[in-house]
Amino acid sequence: MSHAQYIPLLIFLVIALLFPLVTLAIAKFFRPAKYNKSKLSPYECGIEVDKEPERNFHVRYYVVAVIFLIFDVETVFLYPWAVKYRALGLFGFVEMAIFLIILIFGYVYAWKKGALEWE
Amino acid sequence: MDFTMINIVIPAVKILIVFTVVLLAVLIMTYAERKVIAFMQVRLGPMRVGPWGLLQPIADALKLFSKEDIIPTMADKLVYFLAPTLAIVPALLTFLVVPFGDKTTFFGLLKQPTSMAISDLNIGLLYILAISSVGIYGILLGGWSSNSKYPLLGALRSAAQIVSYEVPLTLALVGPILMANTLSMKGIVEAQSKGMWFVIPQFFGFLVYMACAVAETNRAPYDLPEAEQELVAGFHTEYSGMKFAFFYLAEYANMIVVSAIATVVFLGGWLPVPGLAFLHIPAIIWFALKVAFFLFIFLWLRATYPRYRYDQLMQIGWKFFIPVALINIFVTALLVL
Repeated sequence: MSHAQYIPLLIFLVIALLFPLVTLAIAKFFRPAKYNKSKLSPYECGIEVDKEPERNFHVRYYVVAVIFLIFDVETVFLYPWAVKYRALGLFGFVEMAIFLIILIFGYVYAWKKGALEWE
Repeated sequence: MDFTMINIVIPAVKILIVFTVVLLAVLIMTYAERKVIAFMQVRLGPMRVGPWGLLQPIADALKLFSKEDIIPTMADKLVYFLAPTLAIVPALLTFLVVPFGDKTTFFGLLKQPTSMAISDLNIGLLYILAISSVGIYGILLGGWSSNSKYPLLGALRSAAQIVSYEVPLTLALVGPILMANTLSMKGIVEAQSKGMWFVIPQFFGFLVYMACAVAETNRAPYDLPEAEQELVAGFHTEYSGMKFAFFYLAEYANMIVVSAIATVVFLGGWLPVPGLAFLHIPAIIWFALKVAFFLFIFLWLRATYPRYRYDQLMQIGWKFFIPVALINIFVTALLVL
């Protein structure tokens, strides 16, 4: 029975995928297609674009991604624990407290190192 | 009832109903947004199309439908095409587990009542969080593949903001799960029917959740990715016509989803307001009213608060909401023990 619960998900996935594709295909018959060079050039307030933009980005984004990864794994770990919390009792509380304290050390370290700053 | 009926036919019908309702809700939402904000700013809002401008959303939808589809010459064509789909599909899929009410027989058409959710997965809440995080790929790839300055900057900001606020959002929902001991959306509502709504014992979790939900959906005052004055329109600057409409739809569908989660987890889902049960208002109406209440808060915030600065935004997420959410988990765990 539990696997059968996921059949609606597959049906929904197919419908959700078809919706944008079909709409775009139908719209093709109704929309104009009169293109010209300046219409198709990247938005630049009317200034002509002479080269591709450099796709560089600030190293801050990389730091955010790394911290996010650590914390997100931790939150995933919290979910099954929260579901079984009453069954685990005091043991579960102490175990999770130890885990969180270790994590909070890392959090404080990242904070002190300035990983959470954004200048 | 046999296997096909229970697992394919009824869900398919429910999916089509939910799908239509969501699209209609988005249409109404765009109208409500313009009207509510107009009234808050002592204007009238749309008045021209139909009585009180009621047909405005339909006119907008038709206009977007018949607009030229622009693919910039420098764009990465395949990814540029896929990005709007990647944004809209997860936004719609999250509605799979939203329980609009307890059980229904479709006005007596079915012999056995069926759940009002399309499929009540036992990992409902986790499913929503997992699926809705996929939506970020649409935004990131859309901005990246446009190969233009403003979309790229908008997409980067958007990605950093969404991942930053996903952590406190997920943490804020741990408190209610500790109290309900289930991830099933239906189970969470049933846990609240025995005691009080989780908004009271989980008040701080609720506040953190609401603040992060606004940030997750890129709405004001956290609408940095679309800060018009600096980034034109953010990640979808280069998009036009229906592809733009899909990003727009995804944003509004996400707003409805986060409001629905808030309703289920904190406001008792389809349960009537305590003391008003004698009115015999159908469960689905209660649910819709509560979701509408949260959607109104979204508009209210937009009309009230100025936009955050980007460094403030990142700092308040990492340095304030995460500690508050962690303390909330700790205190809840102690009290439940």
